[in-house]
Amino acid sequence: MARLNVLLLIIVIACALGVVTSQHKARKLYVELQKEKDRAQQMDVEWGQLQLEQGTLAMPARVERLAAVQLQMQTPHPRQIRYIRLESGMVTQP
Amino acid sequence: MNYATQPIQTTGQIELPAWRSRVLFVLLLAGLATLLVRAVYLQGINNDFLQQKGDARYGRVVELHAHRGMITDRHGEPLAVSTPVESVWASPADTAVTTRQIIQLASIVGLSPEEVKSKLKDTSREFVYLKRQLPPEQAARVVKLGIPGVSLQREYRRYYPGGDVTSHLIGFTDVDDNGQEGIELALQAQLGGKAGSQQVIKDRRGFIVEDAGSMRAPKAGGDVALSIDSKIQSLAFREIKQAVERNRAKAGSIVVLDAKTGEVLALANWPSFNPNNRAKPSVGVLRNRSVTDLFEPGSTMKPFTVATALEAGKVKPGTIINTGGGQMTLNGRTIHDTHPERSLTVGQVIQRSSNVGTARIALGLSPEVFWRSLNESGFGLATGCEFPGEATGKLRDYKTWRPIEQATMSYGNGISVNLLQLARAYTVFANSGELLPITLLKQEVPSVGVRVFSDTTALAVRDMMETVVRPGGTAPLAQITGYRVAGKTGTAHKLENGKYIDKYVASFVGMAPASDPRLIVAVMINEPGGRDYYGGLVAAPVFSNVMGSSLRILNVPNDAPLDNVMMAPGEVVGEEV
Repeated sequence: MARLNVLLLIIVIACALGVVTSQHKARKLYVELQKEKDRAQQMDVEWGQLQLEQGTLAMPARVERLAAVQLQMQTPHPRQIRYIRLESGMVTQP
Repeated sequence: MNYATQPIQTTGQIELPAWRSRVLFVLLLAGLATLLVRAVYLQGINNDFLQQKGDARYGRVVELHAHRGMITDRHGEPLAVSTPVESVWASPADTAVTTRQIIQLASIVGLSPEEVKSKLKDTSREFVYLKRQLPPEQAARVVKLGIPGVSLQREYRRYYPGGDVTSHLIGFTDVDDNGQEGIELALQAQLGGKAGSQQVIKDRRGFIVEDAGSMRAPKAGGDVALSIDSKIQSLAFREIKQAVERNRAKAGSIVVLDAKTGEVLALANWPSFNPNNRAKPSVGVLRNRSVTDLFEPGSTMKPFTVATALEAGKVKPGTIINTGGGQMTLNGRTIHDTHPERSLTVGQVIQRSSNVGTARIALGLSPEVFWRSLNESGFGLATGCEFPGEATGKLRDYKTWRPIEQATMSYGNGISVNLLQLARAYTVFANSGELLPITLLKQEVPSVGVRVFSDTTALAVRDMMETVVRPGGTAPLAQITGYRVAGKTGTAHKLENGKYIDKYVASFVGMAPASDPRLIVAVMINEPGGRDYYGGLVAAPVFSNVMGSSLRILNVPNDAPLDNVMMAPGEVVGEEV
């Protein structure tokens, strides 16, 4: 009887310690998770900013100005444009 | 007993009085009982209070921000994006700040030192914003100053890469990220997220160590793809701006519709404003004139009159109409034509924009039939684009019409429309007689039109409208190299206090390629202040530039030879207004 009690006591203590360690581990993991979530949010924010930047840089009015002023490009006259009609077999499907 | 000096007696039992053990036992028991009572008190009776205190020390409710959805054009180019900014706030009660720090702080946040001082003066307050919505880099410099009691709060701000090009359409949000105008307001429910909250346990350093449940997940706002094409929008904006400035006009608007789907590809007005600039411009500049402003369409109504008469079988395209030498008197009022003719065919009535001719055709119609076809073409009704503040225009009940009113309405006086409505009405001619629903959102499924005219009628009117841009018509300037164009000019006197005055609204609505229309462009110039005020001179060139470039952007094949642009010698035929 006494031996059984001792055994049970040991098991109880072991379980208690197990609870404590797993709780601790869970908290650590949770902190980790929070950090990753923060990082994800940070990246989200950065993505938004980059998108905004790209949007601003790619605004048609700006592109047009750069093309005309910096690269000396001009809109082709309709006479300079040749339309090519697609016929079957001209495009190979990937 | 002194153990150090007196050796312990080991001989025999030491006799202790029996009461000592009993006292000890009772004391221990009493101690145990106290602990037990205390435990019951703490765990059972007083539990709620203690739990509360504990939570107050390390439990926190964290607000979870919900991202506002992005607005993009039809190709996914961002038109409105929310990005985080930092707001600097202070708790004057806890702020300890030196004069030097105030000067530094003021220079970073862009206020004068006096302003900062006055904000920090009321030490009974616990929260004042020093500056809202600073870029993150500036906010980081504020933190570097290390002033106790000054902290940051993350907020979100809306940015519009398109600036003044898309401002009327997209609208803007207020400082708390709620839609105030335009699409931002119309689609607030879809764009705006629902902030969530979460209960957590934080440790001493402010890290979240455990999720304590009772969480409401934040619901991020949905992204919205508009039907707008950035390239065409930018083009339309540039052209309308130039036209308004060149003609010294008060304002101008332009709408580009996809004639096949009813999607709005561009919608722009000038004057405009930059929504990224928080200094609010005057209300007049904020208005999206192409939707919220009404005008009398003038001659752009004539195709509907003619189409109704064709549909009713009253006339044929070649029927000769007696235009009475360019004058006609009805109910004591005289209707004029600038270029008097004895007679014109129905086609020529459209080409030369004859008021007398149109009035004669309209008077052959019963008011009910005429009213019904205008009503079915969407006049006097909301366009269904659900833009906030849309003015639906006015089409009076036919029962109250007098003959003179029916006559003037046939050439667009005594009826009011907004530009988007007018552009939409023209889908009946572009789309073999069917009126399309229009939308500002990208459509995945083709929209279904409602038949107003038969396709023979629609085609016949389109053919007539093609003659408008040919030499001898009112708008040769609307021609486009390589494409056939069908359209109609409009020039209307403005109404002021119920009287027509010598100020004008010049307009042009047209479609191309006329063989199978792909786009409809409607241009309206309000009060041109230069020498010219005819729609064919003021609005038609804008149409030609925008339509030509848009068709090329969309790779629409030519339907005319490249030498199709023909200019008549001499002046463009002016129309009666």
